[in-house]
Amino acid sequence: MANIISDETIEYVGILAKIELSDEEKEQAKKDMGNMLDYIDKLNELDTEGVEPMSHVFPVDNVFREDVVTNGDDREKILSNAPEEKDGAFVVPKTFD
Amino acid sequence: MSKEYEMVIGLEVHVELATKTKIFCGCSTEFGGAPNSHTCPVCTGMPGSLPVLNKQVVEYAMAVGLATNCTINQNCKFDRKNYFYPDNPQNYQISQLYYPICINGGVEIDTPEGGKKTIGIHEIHMEEDAGKLVHDEWGESSLVDFNRSGVPLIEIVSEPDMRSAEEVIAYLEKLRLIIQYLGASDCKLNEGSMRADVNLSVREKGAKEFGTRTETKNLNSFKAIQRAIENERERQIELIEAGEKVVQETRRWDDNKEYSYPMRSKEDAQDYRYFPEPDLVPIVISDEWMAEVKARQPEFREEKAIRYAEEYKIPEYDIDIITSSKKLADIFEETVAICGNPKKVSNWLMVETMYLLKEKGIDADRITFSPKNLANLIQLVNSKAINGNVAKEVFAKIFDEDIEPEAYVRENGLTSVNDEGELRKAVEKIIEANPKSVEDIKAGKVKAMGFLVGQTMKEMKGKADPGSVNAILREIFGISE
Repeated sequence: MANIISDETIEYVGILAKIELSDEEKEQAKKDMGNMLDYIDKLNELDTEGVEPMSHVFPVDNVFREDVVTNGDDREKILSNAPEEKDGAFVVPKTFD
Repeated sequence: MSKEYEMVIGLEVHVELATKTKIFCGCSTEFGGAPNSHTCPVCTGMPGSLPVLNKQVVEYAMAVGLATNCTINQNCKFDRKNYFYPDNPQNYQISQLYYPICINGGVEIDTPEGGKKTIGIHEIHMEEDAGKLVHDEWGESSLVDFNRSGVPLIEIVSEPDMRSAEEVIAYLEKLRLIIQYLGASDCKLNEGSMRADVNLSVREKGAKEFGTRTETKNLNSFKAIQRAIENERERQIELIEAGEKVVQETRRWDDNKEYSYPMRSKEDAQDYRYFPEPDLVPIVISDEWMAEVKARQPEFREEKAIRYAEEYKIPEYDIDIITSSKKLADIFEETVAICGNPKKVSNWLMVETMYLLKEKGIDADRITFSPKNLANLIQLVNSKAINGNVAKEVFAKIFDEDIEPEAYVRENGLTSVNDEGELRKAVEKIIEANPKSVEDIKAGKVKAMGFLVGQTMKEMKGKADPGSVNAILREIFGISE
């Protein structure tokens, strides 16, 4: 494996993804990420000079909807997905910006 | 001698577009519904839901870009901006980073010194708004309403071209007017349909390098923007003078305390890991589509001003007020088309309409009366069917309820008495009752005639033309104009 993922990197990625990993999981994740980067290195061997980056795998563009209201009030159903509900709103831990 | 400093300011302006539906789903964008009553699996980030782009969003964004001299990126697409926050149910915001729809534009502003200056626009991109967090005063929780989640926004990013709060305000006013004329948004700072974040740094006058900038958020009025800029300027200069460093950070303005404070960083990491949005296909804007949008552009303020001076020959002052709102300008033009008399129409709009708008605390774009009724009112005054005071009273009714003036005047018996005989009778009665005034007038105190006019108007219960009354009195006393 050419790419070695440091402990700091795996810690940082964990923070960004808001997940906590056990030491064992960290080791596994380091190995997996290293392998992925090795694969990217492989792709980098190709000369892509002058090739437009592909943004989408299908040859489709301009898929639009017209500006017409099609959804009604579905809040009962939507809120049934909330772990906790109050006054028609989703309840989350107290958050300030 | 103390050093002289200058500010370098760039703005990020978010504008809520006036579409009926959200950017990626068919939910209504209507404001003020019960919490979460305008939501669906897409705008609440449910797994498996897929976004479909609202065509109108692209057209509005393109229209704003064309009106601000931008180049349209005819191949553009969306990207994902990843971050965790409870008002953002997908844990990413769909925005544009790599190929924003508009780039390299600019608008010209009038500077406080009386000159002109172009403020560059770096880019305009399309994105979705987040939901609203309400903090529970007592509990240990916050409440989330996703009605605003997915409401379409454009973000207009300026170049760091502004040097004073006045230039910032002039730039914002300019943007607001262009966007309002386009009908792309109502641009209300106090209601959040236009939001400005101020990026500001200071440097010694003449310096080439930029200082360290801060970003100030939560500015809900032009006044708040002005104060926050002055406040941040002082704060940064104080730091520099004390030999300390300005920290690059985001600050939140508190309008009550008139102070900004650093916002708690979102887990420290401002690492958004943008990548191309895989759920949306690219947008290809053909020359034809662009031409169509361009052809639909309205006449903007500057063009209107030139035409009004030529076509209607009304003073520059009038033009300035009337074109300050597309709604006012539309009413003006439609009214003149019916009854002519551009200066009279302009007067009704500038004086009475502005007065009533101010008194009721509403904006010109919320005017509800029809040009037809204003035109009819002007015709009633012109034909002396009603006098000026009655006209004002009737106009207040038109303003509030858009009543038909002719019917209203008839039903309420407000028609002026123009019958010469009847007027003369009233004048004679007043002359008889006021011998002192008559003596005064005969002694050369012509001013006393005003009193007799007033008394006659009173006798006629206000339903006479003061000019006619005046003429009769002059005739009786043999006083020429």
